Amino acid sequence: MSVIVFTVIVLLGSYFAGLLGSLTGLGGGFIVIPLLTLVLHVNIHYAIGASLVSVIATSSGAAAAYVKEGITNIRIGMFLEIATTAGAFTGAILAIYIPAQYIAVLFGGILLVSAVMSFRQLAERTVNQQSYLARKLKLGGNYPVNHEIVEYGVTNVAGGFATMILAGVISGLLGIGSGALKVIAMDGVMRIPFKVSTTTSNFMIGVTAAASAVVYLQRGYIHPAIAMPVVIGVLLGALSGSKILVRAASSGWIRKIFAIVITLIAIQMIYNGITGKI
Amino acid sequence: MPAEAGAKITHPPVSPEKSAGFKDKDMQAVIGWILRTGVFVSTAFVITGGIIFLVNHGHSQIDFASFNKVPDFISHIKGVIQGVIHLKGQAIIQFGIVLLIATPVFRVLFAGIGFLIEKDYLYTFISTLVLLIILISMISGHIG
Repeated sequence: MSVIVFTVIVLLGSYFAGLLGSLTGLGGGFIVIPLLTLVLHVNIHYAIGASLVSVIATSSGAAAAYVKEGITNIRIGMFLEIATTAGAFTGAILAIYIPAQYIAVLFGGILLVSAVMSFRQLAERTVNQQSYLARKLKLGGNYPVNHEIVEYGVTNVAGGFATMILAGVISGLLGIGSGALKVIAMDGVMRIPFKVSTTTSNFMIGVTAAASAVVYLQRGYIHPAIAMPVVIGVLLGALSGSKILVRAASSGWIRKIFAIVITLIAIQMIYNGITGKI
Repeated sequence: MPAEAGAKITHPPVSPEKSAGFKDKDMQAVIGWILRTGVFVSTAFVITGGIIFLVNHGHSQIDFASFNKVPDFISHIKGVIQGVIHLKGQAIIQFGIVLLIATPVFRVLFAGIGFLIEKDYLYTFISTLVLLIILISMISGHIG
């Protein structure tokens, strides 16, 4: 395959990955890595390296917008980044020693879980309780809802921290943002309002991915010929996605289609992993 | 987590804005600016390098399934910078990627400085710790 054909295919595929990733909130890595490995037969380590770089681009771009709105809780983000960066470092080191086919199977498994999770019913709620650790770490905050300032407290800091270590390991191992798991840690475990959880998760994804990307970079797993079309494609796709999201109020049917596609890809990844084709 | 069972909030849980000059709001503005600029500049490098790379090597055949490691001339930062000076496409892309990876790291650095100005020493320490973990990650990637 010539360089130009490869670049065009990856560029188009990454654009759709970024678009779908942004519409569903799952991120672009979920489609980019299967595209590179299953369709174009790129070694999974290089696919992960390219995906990580695109994850940094999209999350930083989105975080720049969110942080100005004052919804992102920078203190919660910074504190939990201790967990996610340590996890990401561990994940990146593990990825180097784990054979490609095990990574593919694990990737498929996480993909299946995420497809199921994307159907979770989400309810906005706030707690007024603040645990001891949360008070010591000044984690509580406020955010604007319809021109009103809503105060919220934070609980179960230790549980959230532990979940974030896992989110970091998965991010470093599989090259995805693992935003869904970060939101579960904050929204589900620490009882942080959903809107604050999602924006703060986005804020943390870039640093988490950077912590493992430096390992991939120095191991020579970030190849410019692969990363270039992936980064540009995913970023443009995510930009389009954010524009559509503003217009279309309900994206329920997109989620359903995405969940089916994700499930099929996941099965394919697991099958190829087990049969050693990856 | 019974040990962490909560106490009622008696005062607004917002962090006290101790320093009159520099507040959380300013930090949000600075962080937003760093992230936006970082993504913009690094993407510009990636696109420019990509165009040069495709013009020069668009029709070369590459077997992406079996190649290993990046080309030698961009496997270290010195080579990347030399390649940028000589307008080598892959080196310019790689430089953009390095800038992109550095963007969130700079964000942590500036947040740390912001917390220091706010005299929030706990969070200055937390920011430093995050930077340290990334540094360890960087060094380990080099050695191992």
